[in-house]
Amino acid sequence: MTALRNTIPVLTILLAIVIGWYALTYVMNAPFQRDLDRRGGVTSTAGEFFVKTMTQPKPTLPAPHQVAQNFFENTFLRKVTSNRSLVYHAWVTLSATLLGFAFGTALGIAIAVGIVHVRTLDRSLMPWIITSQTIPILALAPMIIVVLAAIGIVGLIPKALISTYLSFFPVAVGMVKGLRSPELTHLDLMHTYHASPAQVFWKLRVPASVPFLFTSMKVAVAASLVGAIVGELPTGAVAGIGAKLLTGAYYSQTIDMFSALVAGSVVAILLVSLVGLAGRIVERSMGARPA
Amino acid sequence: MIARMPWQSLTALLLAAIALFGLPIVASDASAVSATTLVIFALVLAGAAAPALRLSAVAEAALLFVAAHGAAWLLLAGVAGHEGDAGFAFFALVAACWLIAWRLVSVLSAMTPRSRQAGAALRLLVPAIFGAWLLILWEAITRGAGIPFILLPPPSAIGLRFANSLPILAADVNQTIFKSVVAGYAIGCGAGFAVAILADRFLFLRRGLMPIGNMVSALPIIGVAPIMVMWFGFDWHSKAAVVAIMTFFPMLVNTVAGLSASGAMERDLMRTYAAGYTQTLVKLRLPAAAPFIFNALKINSTLALIGAIVAEFFGTPVVGMGFRISTEVGRMNVDMVWAEIAAAALAGSIFYGVLALIERAVTFWHPSVRGG
Amino acid sequence: MTENTASVVSASHLGLTFETNDGPVNALSDVSLDIAKGEFVSFIGPSGCGKTTFLRVIADLEKPTSGTITVNGMTPEQAREKRAYGYVFQAAALYPWRTIERNVALPLEIMGLPAEERRARVRQTLALVNLTGFEKKFPWQLSGGMQQRASIARALAFDADLLLMDEPFGALDEIVRDHLNEQLLELWARTNKTICFVTHSIPEAVYLSTKIVVMSPRPGRVTDVIESTLPKERPLDIRETPEFLAIAARVRDGLRAGHSYED
Repeated sequence: MTALRNTIPVLTILLAIVIGWYALTYVMNAPFQRDLDRRGGVTSTAGEFFVKTMTQPKPTLPAPHQVAQNFFENTFLRKVTSNRSLVYHAWVTLSATLLGFAFGTALGIAIAVGIVHVRTLDRSLMPWIITSQTIPILALAPMIIVVLAAIGIVGLIPKALISTYLSFFPVAVGMVKGLRSPELTHLDLMHTYHASPAQVFWKLRVPASVPFLFTSMKVAVAASLVGAIVGELPTGAVAGIGAKLLTGAYYSQTIDMFSALVAGSVVAILLVSLVGLAGRIVERSMGARPA
Repeated sequence: MIARMPWQSLTALLLAAIALFGLPIVASDASAVSATTLVIFALVLAGAAAPALRLSAVAEAALLFVAAHGAAWLLLAGVAGHEGDAGFAFFALVAACWLIAWRLVSVLSAMTPRSRQAGAALRLLVPAIFGAWLLILWEAITRGAGIPFILLPPPSAIGLRFANSLPILAADVNQTIFKSVVAGYAIGCGAGFAVAILADRFLFLRRGLMPIGNMVSALPIIGVAPIMVMWFGFDWHSKAAVVAIMTFFPMLVNTVAGLSASGAMERDLMRTYAAGYTQTLVKLRLPAAAPFIFNALKINSTLALIGAIVAEFFGTPVVGMGFRISTEVGRMNVDMVWAEIAAAALAGSIFYGVLALIERAVTFWHPSVRGG
Repeated sequence: MTENTASVVSASHLGLTFETNDGPVNALSDVSLDIAKGEFVSFIGPSGCGKTTFLRVIADLEKPTSGTITVNGMTPEQAREKRAYGYVFQAAALYPWRTIERNVALPLEIMGLPAEERRARVRQTLALVNLTGFEKKFPWQLSGGMQQRASIARALAFDADLLLMDEPFGALDEIVRDHLNEQLLELWARTNKTICFVTHSIPEAVYLSTKIVVMSPRPGRVTDVIESTLPKERPLDIRETPEFLAIAARVRDGLRAGHSYED
């Protein structure tokens, strides 16, 4: 119902974005094309000139159809093992993302359980977890990669470590909130049953925290992907979406860069939707009212 | 008696006993049992035995504090200049000190001071001790085990480098924060806010923009950094552009959510006064949205710093935090990288802290503020 | 139906149907009622009987789907734009970021009164509800009863002749409620306003009102209108007199009658 009501406005805005993009493409590519034409002594009609700005091999801003074509070719027409296949690069980034996300979620849950049950940890660790997020931790990425490479650890693990760091925080904070979400009356009820702390944990706190867990996991998986991509940027990695962006920047292959960005976005949307879907299935099986 | 001792103290005693068999503390130290060693053992024993003395909580905390930190200080001083030579007595004693500090934090956490100032001081002291021990353990392990400087320099070396490179760090902070971040943050948050007001006014725009805004917040927007550098050049303008794009959507989404946060009853009230759109916006909906707007401002403060630094990895004039980090990593000057990260952490925390203070002043009425 | 020029609120064959996912709901059906100037009218009935909806129709917070209604001889919308009434909600609905005096001043700011006059009126109305001395407090620093008094002051601040109150004391305890009822009667006697008061408490309705409108649900309609014979001067212990109990019994009968074919 809501989705249907929003469809037309969303499509309208998307259409406006595409039209604006084409207009911007013309504006941004025109100076170079004009310069090129003047040097080549070519005179062209306005129509021909417009088409030329849309078909430059290394445009300042590629037109949407150029990006779409490049994305389609590199996704569906190449062998997935090829170095030019976006599926291959996306997979490299995705594997680091997933590994880091799994570590980060496990770490976040463990920390949250500790904070909720051990007063000392609540008082001493929680302030640091909050503070640690005001630190632009992605700045550490190049050093983690280089330093780990110096002792022979390369490839997946360093990137996954950065993803872990970025994804543990939302999970830890969300789970602390979730594990503390049961109302006082529910806790009192468990108290009247003389329930042990373990029983309170498994029968009350864990079920109550599930919606919080999935909400924070959606944030965490997106952060995890950012971590993996940035982990590929500074070191001249050979594969991955970040590496694709880097080589694109190096050779001014704007079309490649844009289609790498599109690939990253597709991966992000897939990951977030998957976590959201898993959350809905789990919550439904726990008797939540379908939204 | 022993059964009533906390496990931290018992384990600390055990570790001290083990340390006796692992002397000397530093292998290259000729004299096996120096006066310092005796003092260290005395402090550790005093700290470990403290719970058995049945002191008041404050006295016990004071004794634990002196014992743990005094012994740790002597241990660290003893290992200086003998990196990598520490025997297992060193590590056993450091671990014992750490357990005593743990006991200290437990005692402090269990205190319920009567005055509010004491409570606030305690809330700061406990995490401060935790942070200090993070640094002490880091220092002890890197120096004691002689971990290669390139892998992980001890915090004392980082601090020294930080103090010696203040002019460079100041120039980098000026370039990255006062030029790129401030400009981009202002543009991004301002534009996000303005579009949110528009989207609030026009339902069609809101219905179209919100799903897109929510989706974009999950995307790796930071990937536009190389494109912006290509478009706007190496100087701060390209970084400001990245920051502006990254901060725009969180502001948009949060402000729109905040503008619908006022209650139905409050809005009916404005309607009974026949208040116009602008009056309702200014007097009810914007104040009610303030917590959401500040949430976006805080999220954006971190995003802005990340965006500016990462964008600098793609090219800068020879100044800037991201530039410094990537070049010094290449030259294996790891201590400089850490100093730069410390500067970034400091700047990020101050930025965030200032926002949090303003938020407390502006949204003093919100339950989350007045309750805490 | 003849138009009574003296009536403040005049409804004739009023109906309101909400369209919901479970089909249409008749919130109001064929409600005809006249409220004269200076009356204290209570609306009583079980939940879902449309008493709050009727109040919201008067306030132009809901639009009727059939019938006509006038407020001060105008449509509710015109009356609202002329700021003809003050509205008191179930909860105090004070803005937490404003002090008590600035909360009371809110409608005055919106209506564009000069600062000087705003101050004078805030002082007057806060005195009227016995909140002098609490001007600088924030809402959360006050008890529930005091918050509700502040919200009544806010409704009185711009001196509209009509006061609409939607279960204003529903969330308060019995003792505070008695006290506020007494104060409300005193205020009504002093200001000579017309008050429409929604409640689900029989003693409260009988104690306060000159006219009690008994309503019943599904569809929401008026089943009885009882003119009170109690004197205007009403101490709290009037509630033990036979006259009071007789009116209360009639209200109870009216409520039961509205329910009878339901069970």
